[in-house]
Amino acid sequence: MRGRYLHITLLSIFVVAVQVITQITDTTYYLTQLTMAAYYSLVILGLTLLMGYAGQISLGHAGFFAIGGYTSAVLTTYNLIPYKEKAIVKVMASMGMLQMREDLYGGQILNLHPWIAFLLAIAITVAVAYVIGIPVLKLKGHYLAMATLGFGIIIYRIVLGTPLFGEADGISDVPAFGLLPGIEVSGDMSMRIQNYYIAWVIVIVAVLLLLNLIDSRVGRALRAIHGAEDAADAMGVNTAEYKLKTFILSAVFAATAGVFLTHFNGGIGPSEASVMKSVRYVAIVAAGGMASIWGALTMAAVLNFLSLRGYFGSYDDAVFGAILIVIMLFAPEGILRLPVMKNIQRLLRFKPSEGSDGAS
Amino acid sequence: MVLLDVKGLSKSFGGLKAVSNVSFTVREGIIKAVIGPNGAGKTTLFNLISGVLKPDSGKIIFKNEEIQGLEPFQIAHRGVSRTFQHLRLFPGMTVLENVMMGRHIHSRSGFFAGMLNMPWTRREEKGVRQKTFEILEIIGIADLADKEAVSLAYGQQRIVELARALALEPKLMLLDEPAAGLNMRETADIARLITKIRDMGVTVLIVEHDMSLVMNISDEIVVLSYGEKIAEDVPLAIQKNEEVIRVYLGEDDA
Repeated sequence: MRGRYLHITLLSIFVVAVQVITQITDTTYYLTQLTMAAYYSLVILGLTLLMGYAGQISLGHAGFFAIGGYTSAVLTTYNLIPYKEKAIVKVMASMGMLQMREDLYGGQILNLHPWIAFLLAIAITVAVAYVIGIPVLKLKGHYLAMATLGFGIIIYRIVLGTPLFGEADGISDVPAFGLLPGIEVSGDMSMRIQNYYIAWVIVIVAVLLLLNLIDSRVGRALRAIHGAEDAADAMGVNTAEYKLKTFILSAVFAATAGVFLTHFNGGIGPSEASVMKSVRYVAIVAAGGMASIWGALTMAAVLNFLSLRGYFGSYDDAVFGAILIVIMLFAPEGILRLPVMKNIQRLLRFKPSEGSDGAS
Repeated sequence: MVLLDVKGLSKSFGGLKAVSNVSFTVREGIIKAVIGPNGAGKTTLFNLISGVLKPDSGKIIFKNEEIQGLEPFQIAHRGVSRTFQHLRLFPGMTVLENVMMGRHIHSRSGFFAGMLNMPWTRREEKGVRQKTFEILEIIGIADLADKEAVSLAYGQQRIVELARALALEPKLMLLDEPAAGLNMRETADIARLITKIRDMGVTVLIVEHDMSLVMNISDEIVVLSYGEKIAEDVPLAIQKNEEVIRVYLGEDDA
């Protein structure tokens, strides 16, 4: 309990420290990739709950990220000006659900407010996750992996083949997302520091919510399902319902990340929905130690940052494939739980229980 | 009062009749045992009552309500708990957490309440913890509370399973070979605990190979052979029943 809030505080201090360091060393350009890494971390945190705690794999989470990102992109770029005399558009305008802006060439665009688009994106994600989850979560192991992989491929082909989604070009000119007056998610250079903090505050809140959940009655039931499903069933746990709700929750995390990153980048392309993205998310969850929120967050932030800075060059996807193989062979408990790391933690007087805080 | 009423229960796997037209009743507050040679259908019968398997025909009436066809978790909600022949403790969880799972149906916190760590969920967790400790004290394993359950000695793990089943505060407890793999002293400990649980007002239905255990603690015994009931009586009468002796010792030796 106490430990949880201490760790959250330490994370917050670390986030501030990183920003201050980039300021001092005049490397604020790193903040862009750190912001993007934060949003990808959000996907991985949700997937960690699903894989590490509920014991269900998903090779289709890039699909949910894309559902979030594309829904928001379409709804906030679709120009309603030709329909502005229609009653429904008028009603929406009077309710403040629309916003008027200028495009890159000074033309007028009337589009849905990003908040409304965000809420619709989440609603669609929940609906899709529900419909997909009910049949798919009856499967186990390889079969579940293949079914979710299939879902991911379908989403990828849909966004690639539909003119509404911009086909291979994706959707660009996505407007900023005004969260509150004066606070907006956008890729504008002048907003870089603010956006870094918006992203990391969202991640910190997500971590707190997940740690709370894992330490609750629901978290205990999820770990029980993971450990001995028949026994959990016999204790009165509706295992199908718990798996489905966890699946939906992790999909909502992915979609939320998709929405925010799309507004931050000002667009989204089909590569975000690709199977390799899903594989990457799974690889990072594995590298983090499956059932470790802190491990997943650390790996997600570091690996995504390195990838986004281009350190892996054209081998980017190969690196994540290799990480998956190496982790499975040599560190199935995750990098932070290797004996070497435990020794380092002990040397640093870093409590060894820290990495497995959630699982304890 | 009849707590559990099994009527004409049948279950086949392919051509094999694992349980064939079995009927018996369990009165409230007793220990009833189901015995029989290997392959007699004891485990199938157990899985039918606990909802793991669905019967081909017949009825299972618990507290005047038909429960055949319900899922195991729904049957648990109606007040039936069970242990497993092959231990099914939750790995990576302490004894306390394992037994806390028995309180699942008596608590309510869901996903949102859990994520937001609402004050009432914290209170609820505290209550669950307290009640679980009481159960551990009753069973006599409070000193093991913080140990990882699956790292305990085999005999202790059996007792943790018993505590977990008791934490559910069941009306009926199903015990699947609770003495399997235990030595004589451990078997005697388990026997004492089962009797104690019965004396707390919990009805017990037990499947067991260990004859001495069954004869010592059971109030009534049902004998199965090749999926059919061949006898149902008090232990003394069962010991003298010729058919039972024949089934157990082989026809030529009888």
